[in-house]
Amino acid sequence: MMLMYAVTWLLVVGVGIWGINIPIGWGFAIINFVWWIGIGHAGTLISAILLLLRQKWRTSINRFAEAMTLFAVSCAGLFPLLHMGRPWLAYWLFPYPNVMGTWPQFRSPLVWDVFAVSTYATVSLLFWFVGLIPDLATLRDRAKSRFKQVIYGIFAMGWRGSAVHWHRYEVASLLLAGLATPLVVSVHTVVSFDFAAAIVPGWHTTIFPPYFVAGAIYSGFAMVMTLAIPIRKYYGLEDFITMRHLENMAKVMLATGLIVAYGYMMETFTAFYSANEYERFTFLNRFAGPYWPAYWSLILCNIAIPQLMWIKKVRTTVWSLFVISLVVNVGMWLERFVIVVTSLHRDFIPSSWGMYYPTRWDYMTFAGTIGLFLTLLYLFIRYLPVISISEMRMLVEEEDKK
Amino acid sequence: MAQIFRHSTNLISRLSIYGAAFIVAALGYAVYGLTGSPYVTDVNVARDQPVPFSHKHHVGELGIDCRYCHTSVEQSSFAGLPPTQTCMTCHSRIWTNASMLEPVRASYRDDKSISWTRVNALPDFVYFNHSIHVAKGVGCTTCHGPMQEMPLTWAANTLQMSWCLGCHREPEKYVRPKEYVFSTTYETPSNQLELGRKLVKEYKIQILTNCSTCHR
Amino acid sequence: MSDVFKILGERQPVKRDAERRGHDEHEEKFIPVAAVSERPLDFAAMRARLASSQGKRFWQSLEELAGTPEYAAFVAHEFPHDPANDAVADDTTSSKLPRRDILKLMAASAALSGLSACTKLPVEKIVPYVRAPEEIIPGKPLFYATSMPRARGAMGLLVESHMGRPTKVEGNLEHPGSLGSTDIFAQASVLTLYDPDRSQVVVREGRISDWSAFLTAVANARGDWQTSKGAGLRILSDASTSPTLGAQMKALLAMYPEAKWYVHEACGPANARDGAKLAFGRGVNCVYRLAQADVILSLDADFLYDGPRSVRYAREFADRRRITGPQSSMNRLYVLESTPSNTGAMADHRLPVRCREIDGFARALAAALGVGGASGAAAPEGLPAKWIEALVRDLQKHRGAGLIVAGDSQPPSVHALAHAMNAALGNAGKTVVYTDAIEVTPDTDGMAELASDIDAGAVTTLVILGSNPTYTAATDVGFSQKFGKVPLRIHFGLYRDETAELCHWHVPEAHFLESWSDARGYDGTIGIVQPLIAPLYDGKSIHEMVSVLMGKPGNSAHDIVRDYWKGQRPAKQTDKQFEDFWETTLHDGVMAGSALPARALPVSLDFGKLPASGNSGGLEVVFRPDPTIGDGRYANNGWLQELPKPLTKITWDNAVMLAPATAERLASQMGLKGLANGDLVELGLEGRKITGPLWVMPGHAKDSVTVYLGYGRKRAGRVGNSVGFNVYPLRASHAMTSGTNLLISRAGGKQVLATTQHHHAIDRGGEKVEEESVAAFRREVVRVGTLGDYRSDPNFAKDPEEATSRDLTLYPNYDYSKGYQWGMTIDLNSCTGCGACVVACQSENNIPVVGKEQVIAGRDMQWIRVDNYFRGNLDNPETYYEPVPCQQCENAPCEGVCPVGATVHSPEGLNEMVYNRCVGTRYCSNNCPYKVRRFNFELYSDWTTQSLFGLRNPNVTVRSRGVMEKCTYCVQRINSAKIESEKQDRGVRDGEIVTACEAVCPSRAIVFGNINDPESRVSKLKGQSRNYSLVADLNTRPRTTYLARLRNPNPEIGES
Repeated sequence: MMLMYAVTWLLVVGVGIWGINIPIGWGFAIINFVWWIGIGHAGTLISAILLLLRQKWRTSINRFAEAMTLFAVSCAGLFPLLHMGRPWLAYWLFPYPNVMGTWPQFRSPLVWDVFAVSTYATVSLLFWFVGLIPDLATLRDRAKSRFKQVIYGIFAMGWRGSAVHWHRYEVASLLLAGLATPLVVSVHTVVSFDFAAAIVPGWHTTIFPPYFVAGAIYSGFAMVMTLAIPIRKYYGLEDFITMRHLENMAKVMLATGLIVAYGYMMETFTAFYSANEYERFTFLNRFAGPYWPAYWSLILCNIAIPQLMWIKKVRTTVWSLFVISLVVNVGMWLERFVIVVTSLHRDFIPSSWGMYYPTRWDYMTFAGTIGLFLTLLYLFIRYLPVISISEMRMLVEEEDKK
Repeated sequence: MAQIFRHSTNLISRLSIYGAAFIVAALGYAVYGLTGSPYVTDVNVARDQPVPFSHKHHVGELGIDCRYCHTSVEQSSFAGLPPTQTCMTCHSRIWTNASMLEPVRASYRDDKSISWTRVNALPDFVYFNHSIHVAKGVGCTTCHGPMQEMPLTWAANTLQMSWCLGCHREPEKYVRPKEYVFSTTYETPSNQLELGRKLVKEYKIQILTNCSTCHR
Repeated sequence: MSDVFKILGERQPVKRDAERRGHDEHEEKFIPVAAVSERPLDFAAMRARLASSQGKRFWQSLEELAGTPEYAAFVAHEFPHDPANDAVADDTTSSKLPRRDILKLMAASAALSGLSACTKLPVEKIVPYVRAPEEIIPGKPLFYATSMPRARGAMGLLVESHMGRPTKVEGNLEHPGSLGSTDIFAQASVLTLYDPDRSQVVVREGRISDWSAFLTAVANARGDWQTSKGAGLRILSDASTSPTLGAQMKALLAMYPEAKWYVHEACGPANARDGAKLAFGRGVNCVYRLAQADVILSLDADFLYDGPRSVRYAREFADRRRITGPQSSMNRLYVLESTPSNTGAMADHRLPVRCREIDGFARALAAALGVGGASGAAAPEGLPAKWIEALVRDLQKHRGAGLIVAGDSQPPSVHALAHAMNAALGNAGKTVVYTDAIEVTPDTDGMAELASDIDAGAVTTLVILGSNPTYTAATDVGFSQKFGKVPLRIHFGLYRDETAELCHWHVPEAHFLESWSDARGYDGTIGIVQPLIAPLYDGKSIHEMVSVLMGKPGNSAHDIVRDYWKGQRPAKQTDKQFEDFWETTLHDGVMAGSALPARALPVSLDFGKLPASGNSGGLEVVFRPDPTIGDGRYANNGWLQELPKPLTKITWDNAVMLAPATAERLASQMGLKGLANGDLVELGLEGRKITGPLWVMPGHAKDSVTVYLGYGRKRAGRVGNSVGFNVYPLRASHAMTSGTNLLISRAGGKQVLATTQHHHAIDRGGEKVEEESVAAFRREVVRVGTLGDYRSDPNFAKDPEEATSRDLTLYPNYDYSKGYQWGMTIDLNSCTGCGACVVACQSENNIPVVGKEQVIAGRDMQWIRVDNYFRGNLDNPETYYEPVPCQQCENAPCEGVCPVGATVHSPEGLNEMVYNRCVGTRYCSNNCPYKVRRFNFELYSDWTTQSLFGLRNPNVTVRSRGVMEKCTYCVQRINSAKIESEKQDRGVRDGEIVTACEAVCPSRAIVFGNINDPESRVSKLKGQSRNYSLVADLNTRPRTTYLARLRNPNPEIGES
């Protein structure tokens, strides 16, 4: 509801209700966009890549990781739309025959974004859905009421569990996994181009793509963790989402976290190595400028605290993992804040330096999307199997065989 | 356990899946068609006017020159709409009591303008200049269509951007010798292209397709 | 006319449509008051229309900023469901929407976004004339010459008129006070013309009345005046230079010999006048010939900015600084001033000196120059002796080519001394010329006398012509209190202001663009004021008003003025000859050879008789007219309110300005860590108190405080009401320009000041400097050298990287060698930072006013901004101006990133912005290194106030919400010039296209033209070695380049 309120007001009055201005033309909207997209990555990564790598342990978390991806992406998708001055003309970003005899401008990273994100959303949806089919069938067969049967039935698409079905199912998920894997990399790379392709000091750097992707996976796993822990608690899924899963995820986080840390370091190093007045100033400004608290707390959240996960004790205690994952989520959000705001607020011509003060509308929109995300998630938990039944079955069989 | 779905469901589902693609495409095409259609653009739709002024009669039959009424077409961006005075130059003598013309006389009598309905309207963010077009050999009828055949006036073209670009990209297809600019009877010659190319050179016609030509 | 408004009314703005253009083709019925057409026009219908629309029509965009609670209430009342206004209300008073409305709006906005796809043009009406006037070609502008009457000399104008609507003001090349340029007030006057807040009806005791009722009232009063010879009649007016008015008043006073005429100017030249009396025994009009001056000393005189004369002076000053090559010479400017000013910023040597100490300095200087009888007065301590000696030598070296100018804030003695010194140095008659005074008004400020008359009950009728004494009069006179005792009080003015409130009668005055009059320029040249349009509201001209007092209501202003001049003609001149003479005068805008003759006046100055220099103990306070709204008369003009003050960049506010050192001292006295900008402080002067926000001003004199007058109005209008704080209450008749022993205390609380450029003071090597300025010079945004440097190394401003970097690009370079290639140069050596370019641009390009809240949020919309940077420590820094429009880069970073191609490059090198294609991602602005792009974060353009439709330039799109905009090099002017030249089958000539900023620039710092034409002024300037571009190392290759600033310090002093 808050989202609705905020968004309506936005459409009525315009983006002026936000804190953005000249020079800081992008504010929360883009920050949140990047943040959500990043979160999305974990799902695809877990399901696709780990599937290809035949990582069996993934099975119990992949389902709602994928779901999470989907919801995160849909939240993310909102922002580019909303942040436009005239959202109702968003369709101009798509190439289509029109009476103006004009095309979108393919040199612009924003157009690349449109394609990257929409593709990503579609593939993730399909992937998630295909995975669901056998379970939907199960649900259909178990369902009591006629209504449920029909609904689940329609989506189960006549799954009868025959060998052919299983075969096609395997092929399909493999194909999709193959399709999704590059996307994990590509999407956030393209997103990072939004910044890297600009000349703004602090944006214009070649290191962005890899370190955005790493960051994305980082935050993604953090989010999975943040969700997995309460869920397994309240739905008593400890047997399915075991400590092993959490620990593995912790390790992945640790790894990606270090990549991100490396990113920060190289970024700063190149800034000084480049001997470029503007780059240097930008980073000095990050450390000591008006927004220094943001920068240092980001370092704290993304680099310092996660190092605790070197300790097995920490990796294997639920609450500490939960706290750390939350911290990382915050940290990654701050990272985007630092990138977007501090780079813009003091660029080339000193007379046009400015400050960015988010308004209550900024916060409402952000909180709103979190709300949307959780709502979708709850619906999902309520109506669909959180853990892939079929895959669990396989696991169980395999276990028996031994 | 009873079957949930009838057998036909298979067919339906397949159809709906494959069909989806075509349906979307069809819709898209329909919308595109619509944007160019008279329904949206009012092309070829005659407009009601306070006075049923007939270009057919005045131009086609009486052969009055365009510039007699649209006086500023050669100097200004705006072709000009004749003041009541202009109508009265003749109609104070002929058809002096035609009821059809009462609004004109009334306007002249009590100094109230006739408020016509615009036929060829551009959006306000488009800046069109008549004078330069006529000066460069673009005929009236090229854009306004066969005025001499319009009992009530209608717009002959959509005036949509792609339409404008058509000529701005390939003027040679449309320009005519300056002396025929105001001619309503001018026929596009068979050798239009070569003539066009000649005229484009002669009149120093530029290919102005940059935005600020029309949008400011 | 009424029809026009109907038509405009019909055109409801359709939100989903991208833009609406300033309404043009639908305005065939705007009837221009042709310059010379003398038939009376009946505008009853129009007036009725406007009168009825009164109140409903309000200034949305201007209002938003005003953001007063009253306004919010007003909005809520007027437009309960208009989203835009709810937004305003929300912004300003954070009022919440009821849930039901929100639901409605949700539906609405959903529809909105849905509908956008297929737009169908609304059916439009088109309305021709009934009888077409000869001179009008629909769609083509006409220009009429007129003059803007001003206290210190009128400014000649050419006003652009579209279908009878005056839309843009330009300077009149023929007029000596203008030379084709204007200042900010002339530019903004056209907005005042259409101001819906202007008074529109005759008001009697708060109730709407009419002209005829007023006439009867006057007729009755005249009975008594005639019997009593006008004993009780008092007339109070602004200073005026209108010969016709002078003659009228003479006749009036002859008719009522007992009546008295007083003049009141809040910031008038009282000191200069009295100084002249001291020196010459009579009032004079000083005309400075800066073009002849090699060495100029300003004693607290801001002659490059203050007043209408600044336009002429800035030109002459800049002409002496034009650099064509190392051989060119420059004049040298010394400035002593308490408050940093534009003139101070141009100075080669500047000393911050307390206002009250300059008197002492002047005496010392006079003595040093050996001005007759000057006793050996010593300069106030603290001033560098070396500095003064060098100055003296410099002045003596340039006898007859030097000039000493005293400022209005200085006491008569300083003015007298300046005259004496100029005479002694042989400058009189060369660099300064004296003529008879140009004012026709009495040359004494009569407030005190008038007040005592009122006390004595001698005043039965007080007629106030234009002036607003209850707001501006010195407090100790107690005018506002006594005012009420006058039995019959009549006010005549543009606005129903503070004074009008207290009057029995208020008669709306016609704006000068609506009325006939005449006025003298700074050198006495006469210009006829002719109307561009019949009075929009029920306004009367001052001449009509006076003739009513004389019992001749019938006379039209036109006849009065014309008859006066007919009476003045030489005896032998025939009617025919007069007709020709009149036509020419109207056409040219100036009366040939009407400049006042120079008078050689001997200075008879007795130093013994010089009034002792006022005490200068304690903290001093200096009162000055506000740089952008003057003494308050322009308070309701949104353009001027939003124009950043030249040095502080504050908009919409005044502040208590003082030096950093003083701020620290006071802070320590108050036991605070420090005083920050915006801290509210209370000023106490002899028991009178006011409260305002603090502003730490680098370069301000220590132990001195400056406050600008003109703010804190109560009845200015919806724009100017309760903006800033009122300073007048602090003033007293003995402390009109400055006072001493000021007490400052912390009032508690803080106020956010809306500045367009932030300045953060930081410590560098123990010296207080400004972060932005330091960065600016590190980045060579401003390049400065002394004349010496330049001569020894003409290329000192060149950037080595610039030449080499041309081919360091992935994309092949576009070939710009053919056709027109537009470019611009801005000469930092001439720019005086007056800001006229900003207002001119706003007027030419339909740029909205956004209001204080939005400026604070960093969303000012002006397409060209004037940056200022400081070099050196904060106690006495050098100040540099830099106007920054869109740089029109050849490699524009903004273009590559736009997803829809709404900003693209033209083959002529223009960086085009296509509003109707823009979807508003703001990516272009992020990627613009110069941050010259402006975004309509909300619906800033006013689409509701009908009277403002008339103001719009029909050749420029009125932007809607959510689109980016920026400087276009006035592409509308480029296109029309190209079309004309094409029709005549010739090329565009150099100087044929003049951008709005270039046209208005008093110092001719901005030059635009075709850089492919080697003969064009712009390519010659770009050829200079001083030519450089901003942030060149990005290889954006701006088409707008800058010419480095040169200083001409006295070698004996060296760079301070």
